[in-house]
Amino acid sequence: MSVASQDTAIRTGRAVRTLIYLVLVLFALFYLLPLYVMVVNSVKPLVEITGGGMMNLPQVFTLEPWAKAWSSAQIGVQPTGLSPYFWNSIKMVVPAVAISTVLGALNGYVLTKWRFKYDTILFGLILFACFIPFQIVLIPMAKMLGLMGLAGTTWGLVLVHVVYGVGFTTLYFRNYYAVFPTELIRAAQIDGAGFFQIFWRILLPSSGPIAVVSIIWQFTNIWNDFLFGASFAGADSQPMTVALNNLVQASHGVKEYNVHFAGAILAALPTLLVYIVAGRYFVRGLMAGSVKG
Amino acid sequence: MGFLDIDNATKAYGAVEVLHRVDISVQEGEFLVLVGPSGCGKSTLLNMIAGLEDITSGEIRIKDTLMNGVHPSKRNIAMVFQSYALYPNMTVGQNITFGLEMHGVPKPEREKALKEAANLLQIEPLLDRKPGALSGGQRQRVAMGRALVRNPDVFLFDEPLSNLDAKLRVDMRTEIKKLHQKLGTTIVYVTHDQIEAMTLSTRIAVMNGGYVQQLGTPQEIYDTPANIFVATFMGSPAMNVIPAKVAIKDGLPMALVALHDGSEVALPFSQQNMADWAGKEILLGIRPETITDEDAADRKSSNIAHLSNRIVVTEPAGSDTFVTMTLGGKDVIARMRSDADVRPGADFTFAVNMEKAIAFDPASQNRIAP
Repeated sequence: MSVASQDTAIRTGRAVRTLIYLVLVLFALFYLLPLYVMVVNSVKPLVEITGGGMMNLPQVFTLEPWAKAWSSAQIGVQPTGLSPYFWNSIKMVVPAVAISTVLGALNGYVLTKWRFKYDTILFGLILFACFIPFQIVLIPMAKMLGLMGLAGTTWGLVLVHVVYGVGFTTLYFRNYYAVFPTELIRAAQIDGAGFFQIFWRILLPSSGPIAVVSIIWQFTNIWNDFLFGASFAGADSQPMTVALNNLVQASHGVKEYNVHFAGAILAALPTLLVYIVAGRYFVRGLMAGSVKG
Repeated sequence: MGFLDIDNATKAYGAVEVLHRVDISVQEGEFLVLVGPSGCGKSTLLNMIAGLEDITSGEIRIKDTLMNGVHPSKRNIAMVFQSYALYPNMTVGQNITFGLEMHGVPKPEREKALKEAANLLQIEPLLDRKPGALSGGQRQRVAMGRALVRNPDVFLFDEPLSNLDAKLRVDMRTEIKKLHQKLGTTIVYVTHDQIEAMTLSTRIAVMNGGYVQQLGTPQEIYDTPANIFVATFMGSPAMNVIPAKVAIKDGLPMALVALHDGSEVALPFSQQNMADWAGKEILLGIRPETITDEDAADRKSSNIAHLSNRIVVTEPAGSDTFVTMTLGGKDVIARMRSDADVRPGADFTFAVNMEKAIAFDPASQNRIAP
């Protein structure tokens, strides 16, 4: 791998190389600027911001805004901070990601290794889920959740996100398993493994890269979702994104920008962490199957 | 009744029939090789025996038990795949015992079976490795170990050597033959390599276009091929097929063959029944090794014919020299000793062992004689 990339890398002179790095550094700084603003302002007292020093480093360092955003800021009518909503999000995201990923893997397994008549048409229909705009399903989905008795609950949100996510996860796993050697499945069949034994013992242990892709994709999308959370969540199942909005949009009292900044970082932190921990597998998984070796 | 009976087996995908009424009966301990070019249906037939593809019509029986519709794992067969199909996430040991585990064999017995198979194939040091850390030959052994450990009624091999390099392939070929002699198991083996077919088998089924062209021992297939396809597919270099005309001279049937300059030479047949074909066109099949120089001609043969012809090309191959000439308007290859005095463009007197010559009907392509 490394040898090949050395061979194919474009050779450039020192001056050109310096220029490239200079441009890259500039772009990096530009893109890091919002993060800088958020971090810097979340650790300074409010007076420093309202005094017009938004770009300055803090003169007085304080973690007060973070503590307030997490545990005592006014969200809607309750001074609870963001923490209960953070756990709401976790309770929604973890099952939704797990279920949609496993379902996607199962779908991919069936669509590639247990072919049946019209399976490609079925796959095409599943893919439609990737293209349906969220807004279209809001009203029918509200009706369905009501009929199922899941309206305003965390499990209702889990269901909505699973239904929406299965299209993507199926696409990922189907394409990954399409290049998985069918002879392995046949060998396992002769060895006496059943449908689910083949899935758990042979296929899933070899699905690491694509599972990471699926998990990152689903985690980010579901964690960041605002529309479904705002539409279908009850007072005690609202996710982080909705709570953050309620915090920032509060129409009474002083706007505590430093608390807002801290809250926004708190809301973004989990997805950031997921990327940092599993990000390198993400690219690898996306590339899997497209390049030999 | 054989050990493995394939009875009128047919395979069709929709309206397209890819395998036509195949009848093969394999005895216990036999090594049957299915050989043929790509797309001849040999792998399909093997998959039908394994139960990986269903049978459109006809029957497959193992030990007199009907196997149609029986799940692959319940047929007591084991299969070695072309890609070896080792489970990448398991160690070699786990790979070999996976089938036993799935069949509910208790752990101590599994360990014992694993030990025996590993010992037989000399892969004991590899048992804790993952397949990714093995060489091609080692993977091949592990794949065979996985089959052996099940102690199946029938072993199925699907082109197991075609992913190995040439030298290793020859070594593993010998290994497989040794293993068969040692264990006396029943084997069905698919290959497109006619040398593998000849060296390994006790019987060969030559297939083409979904038909079994000929079923017989390697010697029968080689010496008396049923038709031109079998004749030219088996053997390397391929059998020369020369247009000829039958004539009677001095009461004996002869094949008249055109030399490079258009003049004709008469080659006497050993087979008397060729008299019926007097005056008609035939195709004369002569294997390259039966065309030699006078000194190398088979002394046991009662029918050596001579012809003088111009050499077109010589190809020294170390052990032999292949000489190309033109007979009946076709390129004909002779297999000479490496020290034969042959030069391109020169005229040379060849000795043809007509005892081994075969006549084919040009219309049906089938063998007429012997």
